[in-house]
Amino acid sequence: MTARAAPRGVVVVGASAAGLTAAETLRREGFSGTITLVGGEVHLPYDRPPLSKQVLSGSWPPERTGLRQPGDIGALRLDLRLGTTATALDATARTVTLADGAVIVYDGLIIATGVRPRRLPMANSATGVHVLRTLDDALALRDRLGAGRRLVVVGAGFLGAEAAAVARSLGASVTLIEPAPVPLEHAVGAQVGAVLAEIHREHGVNLRTGTAVTGIITDAGRAVGVRQADGTEAAADDVLIAIGSQANTEWLEGSGLKLADGVVCDQYSAAAPGVYAAGDVARWHNPLFGTMMRIEHRTNAAEQGFAAARNLLRPEQARPFAPVPYFWSDQYDVKIQAYGYLPDHDESAVVDGDLEARRFLVAYRRGDFLTAVIAMSMHPKVIHPWRVMIANRVRWSSAVSAPLSA
Amino acid sequence: MHVEVDPPKCVTSGQCVMIAPEVFDQDDEGIVRLLDAEPAPELREAVTEAAAICPAAVIRLVHE
Repeated sequence: MTARAAPRGVVVVGASAAGLTAAETLRREGFSGTITLVGGEVHLPYDRPPLSKQVLSGSWPPERTGLRQPGDIGALRLDLRLGTTATALDATARTVTLADGAVIVYDGLIIATGVRPRRLPMANSATGVHVLRTLDDALALRDRLGAGRRLVVVGAGFLGAEAAAVARSLGASVTLIEPAPVPLEHAVGAQVGAVLAEIHREHGVNLRTGTAVTGIITDAGRAVGVRQADGTEAAADDVLIAIGSQANTEWLEGSGLKLADGVVCDQYSAAAPGVYAAGDVARWHNPLFGTMMRIEHRTNAAEQGFAAARNLLRPEQARPFAPVPYFWSDQYDVKIQAYGYLPDHDESAVVDGDLEARRFLVAYRRGDFLTAVIAMSMHPKVIHPWRVMIANRVRWSSAVSAPLSA
Repeated sequence: MHVEVDPPKCVTSGQCVMIAPEVFDQDDEGIVRLLDAEPAPELREAVTEAAAICPAAVIRLVHE
């Protein structure tokens, strides 16, 4: 087999956590060619988890979200193209076309274009209807929260739940509307979801579950409330739509890459020879769990950006990308941490602490294996061995009976 | 290689402790503790990976 020539130019499309980590890893691994980093926003790469936490609450100034110091980004010697997006890929000619008309030739490509918020089909342009994905989104919503303000949050996933918690802490009255019976049921199961529901209600959130939002009520172009499927209405000064997201892959249509709710990749995060995807936009085969997954966690963005860059530079020594996914959520004074793969779990069990005390560790089974744990307010040294067991593909039966060294 | 951490930004993922336990630890709240600001050369790769994948960009490497 002829060794592929080392790439001379790499294009990284997407300048958030995954794209930046990929660019940084290319340099750290000794790549000295051109790295073009394309970002749709005008800001230098920044971190998104604080947007629904410290930025929304006002406890951090926006600058604090910067992922690297400007000097560290300068040291990477990037061809940095901010404020423009990629509009087309020609995988045969190996070119990326940008919205500003530039056509960039690449030897290696890393796709890290992330996701954007899903929206309701109605009243998106009404004043006071928000989504929360970018720094500008967070600042716009932050300016609208405070005592006496009424916020309706549509969707009690992690983003909606965190925003609801922050809005309450700022004195706003909050209605949180979720079609599932409890918040986050899809992600964490009914047991943990019920604990979260209690916590939100105790903090004064008007939590309405089991009901969908069917319309946004507007008055002179401004949102003044939402209408629910049962006909009831909730008045609002502002409405946050937090109903999940969709992968930014439209620019890749017709490129020959396989798209299926993300860029489809193999276990090395490769979508085609010399083309890799990383972060929220990548759907890859995680050999640890034996399944395709697309993970919208901050941790995965960095890990996969790192892995994709390494595999791009050294495809002959490519390593499968087989992480234990991790995410965390801060709501009020509660920290939730989750390790592993939660969707489609078959069973869950409280294996430490207890739900009533809101200090617990719940384990999840999928098939015969321990595949995930969720911890609320637990010591890291309690969580650690569970995480190791997930990484080691331990069978459920031995995991839930294993004596743990605390 | 010199390592710096910014504990107030730490989100307690523990990724760094998994990758480079000789250099990083967590306190009772899960916040990063730096055990060795001048890690030995053989730890360089692990520390580099820990810095790259930290989900809160808490770890900064200063190369001399």
